[in-house]
Amino acid sequence: MSERSFFKNRWLPYWLLLPQLLITAVFFLWPAGKALLQSVQRQDAWGLNSSFVGLANFFDLFRDDLYLQSFGTTLIFSVAVTLIALAGGLLFAACADFILKGSNAYRSLLMWPYAVAPAIAGALWYFMFNPSLGIIANALEAIGYDWNHALDGGDALLLVIMASAWRQIGYNFLFFLAGLQAVPNSVIEAAAIDGAAPVRRFWAIIFPLLSPITFFLIVLNTVYSFFDTFGVIHATTQGGPIQATSILVYKVYETGFLSQDLGGSAAQSVVLMTMVIALTFIQFRYLGARVHY
Amino acid sequence: MLRMRLLVVLTLAALVAAPAAAQTEIVWWHAMGGALGEKVNEIAAGFNESQDEYVVTPVYRGSYAETMTGAIAAFRAGEQPHIVQVFEVGTATMMAAEGGIYPVHELMGKYAEGWNPDAYLPAVISYYVSDEGNLLSLPFNSSTPVLWYNQDALDELGLEVPTTWEELEAAANTAVENGWECGMTSAWQTWIQLENFSAWHDLPFATLNNGYGGLGTEMAIDNEGVINHIAQLQRMTENNAFVYPGRESAGEPMFLNQECVFFFNSSAGYGAINTGADFEFGQTMMPVDTRIREEPQNSIIGGATLWVLQGHEEEEYRGVARFFEYLSTPEVQADWHQFTGYVPITLAAYELSQEQGFYEENPGTDTAIKQLTLNEPTPNSRGIRLGNFVQIRTVMDEELEAVWSGQKTPEEAINAIVQRGNELLRQFERANR
Repeated sequence: MSERSFFKNRWLPYWLLLPQLLITAVFFLWPAGKALLQSVQRQDAWGLNSSFVGLANFFDLFRDDLYLQSFGTTLIFSVAVTLIALAGGLLFAACADFILKGSNAYRSLLMWPYAVAPAIAGALWYFMFNPSLGIIANALEAIGYDWNHALDGGDALLLVIMASAWRQIGYNFLFFLAGLQAVPNSVIEAAAIDGAAPVRRFWAIIFPLLSPITFFLIVLNTVYSFFDTFGVIHATTQGGPIQATSILVYKVYETGFLSQDLGGSAAQSVVLMTMVIALTFIQFRYLGARVHY
Repeated sequence: MLRMRLLVVLTLAALVAAPAAAQTEIVWWHAMGGALGEKVNEIAAGFNESQDEYVVTPVYRGSYAETMTGAIAAFRAGEQPHIVQVFEVGTATMMAAEGGIYPVHELMGKYAEGWNPDAYLPAVISYYVSDEGNLLSLPFNSSTPVLWYNQDALDELGLEVPTTWEELEAAANTAVENGWECGMTSAWQTWIQLENFSAWHDLPFATLNNGYGGLGTEMAIDNEGVINHIAQLQRMTENNAFVYPGRESAGEPMFLNQECVFFFNSSAGYGAINTGADFEFGQTMMPVDTRIREEPQNSIIGGATLWVLQGHEEEEYRGVARFFEYLSTPEVQADWHQFTGYVPITLAAYELSQEQGFYEENPGTDTAIKQLTLNEPTPNSRGIRLGNFVQIRTVMDEELEAVWSGQKTPEEAINAIVQRGNELLRQFERANR
């Protein structure tokens, strides 16, 4: 930032920033502030009486083994969803990049899952894997694997990971495809002349050039797997069996909406908010440093 | 331009003409989807045609939990409906809202001439009365668990309809030995295999009369009867004599696809089973565990009731009372009962169904009502009133799943339910003191 711009009017920059600041205040700061306030209160469901309890809600949380277990579940879940969704998106984009004929239809088809509402996506996968009705469950049974996500925590976790990743692949695909098309042809041709095979060209040249997009998608997919996967879990496993698929955001819903414990739910929201802020910060600090724009 | 002006004038004229007969609107939030939702609209339309002062507008709000949460959120924002349908496990939460709810006995006493609480079936309303015996909400759709069975399979296997758990286990074993994938499955395991099992055998579910006696109640299912029952079910899972299908109503397809011979489910499953089964089916009373008792006590209900919320005009409450009177008429009740499999809430509706020959034409459809009225309810079989009950049910689901998957012994699981359940009860007590 060696150059400095000068505005003639002192207030103009602030006026220009105002709409964005207003949106941030109304849609983020205000609700977040409210969550902070509620997290130190104990309220009945109807809001008829509330009392200040300090950090009691937080102490209750961290005394709860199942809540602590939920951290591990969330970690496994979000890493797996992010990895599968990114790898899938990149694979399809790399393939689409080679296709010249009919690529529009192919692209549209790949984008479809992203347009499917989370609850519908959950229901779709639920039916395919339903132990007594599902096509895939029956196929698995035929090859000797007894699929049962109603009782087997591993099966259930796998189911919600696949359903969540499937929804996100199309979105990642689009970004990767745009990135691939922005890679200058001259560089690739030069490598080809030097005798690099397509796979080698991809990993040595194309993939590093995609790093800004990859980084952006990692952040985005992490946030997606933390928050937007609620619908999928709600429609398939409801956090079960034995809380095997109860990720943090589902717990917030369960505590707040099913059991009307607003204090506990707000405390969980605050914990979740802190985590995601920290995660984003770490990603920018360490991953971002290795990205070349 | 001229046409535009004409349109405006016509629109205004229509707006002025519409409320010539100003009717009072009553909003009713409910959780009845699909065919049940259409029936709800039919009931409201029937009431609206029966008089011209009030209009009841039913609004579908999603699942039971979503409907209750929505109503509470609306109340906090001062936008609450007049009537909201709440499932039985939400009773303690609704009761805790002093000043938020309008108890039905007060409402009817004030606005409904000659309203008689004795017209309702004791077994149905006992779940929803205050400790002084006053009715707090109006039962609308009440059901109780029954044992459904595949008659064709019984004929083929040469089996009798079981009446005890011993007989049921033997029959389920026979089915599995003869190539059935599963002998028995159960929907709503917490409601049926723990809550109703306790009432059916006159075992306490929680202290202080199952929670009716106050917020200081504690879980009491850590008794031999319940532990032995869960141990028996666990033993039955080993050879698929019992197959756990998942939570809530997940077991239904297994019965309809003829994977299982026996199926524990709500009596309100009648509609779905009737349309979905392409085999002869029947329903019978839940079996008795003769290790505990020779004869069953009575079962308890599930389903939901209609709560009236505070904060509206007197004229509107008058309309709510009128609607509740209409809803309780034998014709409306009998029709609802025969269509859905929910039990009739008044004695008159039950008698009307008898007169119409419904039970003769559809044998077994009076099983639910027989179970509920088997004996005078005891403190253990009146109902269950716990705070945070929705969450406690989830805890029971989780711990039972730990038993079915072999991670815990029945005793460990039941003790965990008691310990985790008590924590939730204390939490509710603290928030509602």
